[in-house]
Amino acid sequence: MAKPLVAFYWCASCGGCEEAVIDLAEDILKVVEAVDIKLWPVAMDFKYKDIEAMEDSALAVSFINGAIRTSEQEYMAKLLRKKSGLVVAFGACSHLGGIPGLANVANKKEIFETAYKLTHTTVNPKGVYPQTVTEIPQGKLTLPEFYDTVKTLDQTIEVDYYLPGCAPPPDLIMNAITAILEGKLPEKGSVLTVDKALCETCPLNKSKPDKLAIKEIKRISEVIHDPEKCFLAEGIICLGPATRGGCGERCINANMPCRGCFGPTKEVKDMGAKFLSSLASIIDVDDEKEIERIAESVLGPIGLFYMYTLPSSILRRKQGV
Amino acid sequence: MKENELPRIIGFLCKWCSSAGADLAGVSRLKMPASLIPIRVMCSSRVDPVFVLKAFLGGADGVLVAGCHPGDCHYQSGNYYTRRRFALTKKIFEELGLDTNRIRLSWISASEGHKFVNVVTEFTENLKKIGKNPIETEVFL
Ligand code: SF4
Ligand code: SF4
Ligand code: SF4
Ligand code: FES
Repeated sequence: MAKPLVAFYWCASCGGCEEAVIDLAEDILKVVEAVDIKLWPVAMDFKYKDIEAMEDSALAVSFINGAIRTSEQEYMAKLLRKKSGLVVAFGACSHLGGIPGLANVANKKEIFETAYKLTHTTVNPKGVYPQTVTEIPQGKLTLPEFYDTVKTLDQTIEVDYYLPGCAPPPDLIMNAITAILEGKLPEKGSVLTVDKALCETCPLNKSKPDKLAIKEIKRISEVIHDPEKCFLAEGIICLGPATRGGCGERCINANMPCRGCFGPTKEVKDMGAKFLSSLASIIDVDDEKEIERIAESVLGPIGLFYMYTLPSSILRRKQGV
Repeated sequence: MKENELPRIIGFLCKWCSSAGADLAGVSRLKMPASLIPIRVMCSSRVDPVFVLKAFLGGADGVLVAGCHPGDCHYQSGNYYTRRRFALTKKIFEELGLDTNRIRLSWISASEGHKFVNVVTEFTENLKKIGKNPIETEVFL
């Protein structure tokens, strides 16, 4: 029997999700044996035109990581959608917008200005910015269009499944691939892990008092964290209560609080707002001035509450820019 | 905003105090601008920040959350919770480029019909100055 055809593609991503595939270690050999890879720009040499020439739905599955930021990424996502039976959004950037999605607090103009003009290491007296078309004596040079707003994959194309995480852990990737090969997939639209909050399986949960009550929000650098104690109980922001579990408590086990890369559980529409609500319930302060002071002490609230989810949040981006 | 155009305010009023205060304003035939669309909730603490964000996405010019005075919440401490949540919501609001003058938290008791009228009138005037909600008019996707 012919092996199922598979594509891996990256959009606005850091490369970590590609690394995650390599991190399958020996298991990658099983994958390579079971499928026929037709596109994988980071590792192998294939041409877009080969994909364009395929029949619709010829690919069994495309794994797409990274958010959608440029016209090229949008084009490839749409092309792969057409040519694939299944599309899996691979990793937090593709699933929720991820770290690149935090750029939604700015627009194209501000980003270009910072990147190509204002940084100390840039010398650009003529103010040359990337152009989509540049004429030179030898002909025309083109670059993809850079959009104002970063989108998630499912704001661009229809997505069948989501592999969560920054990056997805190897066991979940392997489970997903096995489920696809064996045709044992859950309901369409599922996030391929559990649907319960991280706190439920967190090893520090047993140290959590029945009623959490904090007087102060602290940064991780300001306290010596007791590895036996729940971060929130220590006043350190941990997104565990609002985050979907299944990552193996990777950060917690490395003595770091959760930042929410798995995204929210199924019913939650806006992860930042949800976490903010739960945080408000544990701050044990009633004095109005004191509350204002504590709210002020939260530095960079968007980066904290929406670290991975700004493009998938209700407002999707900063307004008025 | 045009001279005689009214802003649209979504008002989340708690059943036990603020909504009763609004009813009192009504039966006392007090005059106020017709800018508020009231939604009765059991307690001000029922107002999820998601409701506020959704109201803005839907084009509201302002959102009022009103509950019992501190110490008087029918559920004892709901409004303290509301106050903490409101302070954090305001921070998020600011960072997302929305004017924090568009959201307002007020304590209005069941006997304060006049206060209800004053809050709505003042909020309406302020919103008229700030102008229309920019989300509606901007293509942001
Ligand atoms: S999800 Fe994380 S590892 Fe994957 S591309 Fe995005 S930032 Fe990189
Ligand atoms: S808040 Fe964080 S540290 Fe505490 S139980 Fe939840 S995930 Fe664990
Ligand atoms: S602990 Fe949180 S941030 Fe860390 S890997 Fe798990 S879900 Fe992601
Ligand atoms: S019942 Fe009025 S604020 Fe709780």
